[in-house]
Amino acid sequence: MSTQTHKSFYQSDMLIFKGLYDSLFELGKNNWIFRALAWICSWIFSTDHKRVCMLYLVFMIIFFTVGAAFGGIIRLEWMWPGTQFISAQVYNSIFTLHGVIMIFMFVIPGIPATLGNFFLPILLGAPDVSFPRLNLFSWYCFIIGAGLAFLALFLGIGETGVNFMAPDGGWTFYVPYSVSNEANISMALMAAFTLGFSSIFTGINFVATVHRMRSPKMGWFQMPLFCWAIYATAWIQVIATPVVGITLAMVIVERAFGIGMFDAALGGDPVLYQHMFWIYSHPAVYIMVVPGMGLISEIIAVFSQRTIFGYKAIAMSSFGIAVIGYFVWAHHMFTAGMTDTAAITFSFLTFLVGVPTAIKIFNWVATLYKGSIKLDPPMVWALSFVFLFSIGGFTGLLLGAIAADLHVHDTLYVVGHFHYTMFGGGGVAFFAGIHYWFPKMFGRMYNFTAAHIGWFLFFIGFNVHYGSMMIIGIQGMPRRYHDYLPHFQDMHMIGSIAAFVMLAGMAVFSINLMIALFKGEKATDNPWKGKTLEWETATPPILLNFEKEPELAHGPYAYEGEWVK
Amino acid sequence: MSEEAGVHEHNRFEVGLEHADYNGDKFGMWLFVFTELILFGGMFFAFFVYSKTMYGAEFHEAGSHLNLFMGGGNTIVLLTSSLTMVFGITAIQYGKKYLSMFWIILTILFALTFMVVKYYEWGYKFKHHVFPAKITMLEKSFGVSDLKTPYDKEFKESGMSLKEFNAVPVNAAGEAAPEGMSADDAHDKGYTHSRYTRGQIIFYGLYFAMTGLHGFHVLLGVVVLLWVLSLTYRNKIVSNDFIIMENVGLYWHVVDLIWIYLFPVFYLVS
Repeated sequence: MSTQTHKSFYQSDMLIFKGLYDSLFELGKNNWIFRALAWICSWIFSTDHKRVCMLYLVFMIIFFTVGAAFGGIIRLEWMWPGTQFISAQVYNSIFTLHGVIMIFMFVIPGIPATLGNFFLPILLGAPDVSFPRLNLFSWYCFIIGAGLAFLALFLGIGETGVNFMAPDGGWTFYVPYSVSNEANISMALMAAFTLGFSSIFTGINFVATVHRMRSPKMGWFQMPLFCWAIYATAWIQVIATPVVGITLAMVIVERAFGIGMFDAALGGDPVLYQHMFWIYSHPAVYIMVVPGMGLISEIIAVFSQRTIFGYKAIAMSSFGIAVIGYFVWAHHMFTAGMTDTAAITFSFLTFLVGVPTAIKIFNWVATLYKGSIKLDPPMVWALSFVFLFSIGGFTGLLLGAIAADLHVHDTLYVVGHFHYTMFGGGGVAFFAGIHYWFPKMFGRMYNFTAAHIGWFLFFIGFNVHYGSMMIIGIQGMPRRYHDYLPHFQDMHMIGSIAAFVMLAGMAVFSINLMIALFKGEKATDNPWKGKTLEWETATPPILLNFEKEPELAHGPYAYEGEWVK
Repeated sequence: MSEEAGVHEHNRFEVGLEHADYNGDKFGMWLFVFTELILFGGMFFAFFVYSKTMYGAEFHEAGSHLNLFMGGGNTIVLLTSSLTMVFGITAIQYGKKYLSMFWIILTILFALTFMVVKYYEWGYKFKHHVFPAKITMLEKSFGVSDLKTPYDKEFKESGMSLKEFNAVPVNAAGEAAPEGMSADDAHDKGYTHSRYTRGQIIFYGLYFAMTGLHGFHVLLGVVVLLWVLSLTYRNKIVSNDFIIMENVGLYWHVVDLIWIYLFPVFYLVS
């Protein structure tokens, strides 16, 4: 055994362009600039999956902050009727950018690219992902895509600065507006296209990893549920993302060459765009939330010290969601014009996709039953996931019903609903995962009290904020409107205040984690008494994760002895 | 890695040995190939939606204007290039480096032949004022594009068949050539534009978009094949480690396969 394997991954030297790094390192011995450059190279050229996770994590946190700031600006603008701080045109750009950033740069890469990247190989007992260089390359795609998106924003500002021409049609880029308007749509589409490639490569990598890199001693049904969730997600990424890629590419071609594809004046069909867009983008919402569900399965089992209830049902329901999720796309388009038969079929399938989700929720609750529940920060986040996602799911049933949907279509109710599912689902699961694996990733433990306070503020703020949206949505407040009727003002004001409480909560736990990063006490190898493989390696994990093939003396949920290998 | 008494012990937790997985590499490439098929599948989906639900007759008519000879020839060229690619892989498996390089060079030449034929095919269409309508450069060279204006209304009123209707050229102002004028005369007098209906415009739009994307993949294939050529020359691809060439071969077959579908869909639909 070489001594190299005992290094923590923070001294990783698995690099591409190793020669460049070495010469910079030599130069850096007397010059801090080269030392800094060498340090940067040791990260951006590293193929170690844990380092790639860190790269994603840092940038996703930055993008999330920017996206949240845009969200805050929208809430500020909504506090009073009429124009307060930003004009209607700027407002349109801001909600578009909020959507584009949050969807394409935070929640879609979200859990798979960060926590999945870090923990999938470890949980599988593998040294790395199947294609480490491809993994790094997908991060490059991510950064290039994100860079293009920000360019689309800043290059769009006209000479006077007032002429704010950032993309403004909403993150869905519906035609004909996205073809006819003058903003930087093509570049933003190119950005989404590149980000899609990043997602495809991550998906390919993870599918191959689960198949090829799994410990030889680990059978399919001995995998932790997080791996199942990531595996199902990876399939969705592989199968669905190319469709949106080609759809967005066709809009670019339409804008550049005018082939008439989606242009009714030349014989094209704009509704076809919506179909092709949602064929991807509905499965994409499961890309956002299924990995989160896998995480919650881990956390709930650990913090109630119970064998997970219905292991196979949870594992297979991920696939149930992935498969059925493919055939529900047109429920986004009940008002866009289609036959009643199609509408009823899609409505039925939409109700059907609730079933595998409910299976998961029942199994989590059953796992809690008679467990020794510890309400540590990861657990409160996990439980709030169950709560918030249930609300998100139930409010979705109303949208799946055709008659009710016609009433609330394009209102703030829809906005409230999808924030409950995406943010209350994907986002909250992400926070849960960060709190759960923080000690393993960084080797430090954070302050529980501050984490709890942050969670509490977030949870209260979240419910009041998005709950108020749903209420005025049902009363008829349309989405994406800059101005509103005076009688909506109270709810808007309450919602905005709650939104800032929520942001404050996020600030509290983020700062808490930041402090812990530098000043937290050293974490032990297994602070939560988990049974999965990551708790059996060093903290933080060593280069290539394990010194030799891990033993797998017991299954991932062997808390009561009955699920022994 | 330790080798004791001839036992080859593979510890994948040692730096440098963590990922040497022939089947895994192939599996990954198959997944990528799968995404390529879905990428094109999106466009085929759009094509079939338009041809089955809206513009059956127009697609039929527009397809008959494509040059079957050039399309068919290109099909043969691409199929042959797939064969030479396989020969290249087989040659390297037997350790015959220069033979393998010969076959790959031949594959590249076939790919370039394909692109040259495509150039003439597209050029021929451009000459007849069939091109995507918004390119300013083309507009400058050819005058105003007729594709911008669908002639659905005139077609309905004319009582002609679509073929007859298309055969009467119009000038830049949209006026039809007088009856009895020969085609050459009409062309000289500025009646150079065809009258196309919506369905035909969509057909040609899809034709350019889909064959264009395919052509882009062919060019990409040429670049990747050149890379493989250089790796082979530098002995980076050898008889016991040829996965890169095999995966590139896989990609090349997919490019071929997509053309096998594009050809009947566009050229044989009439």
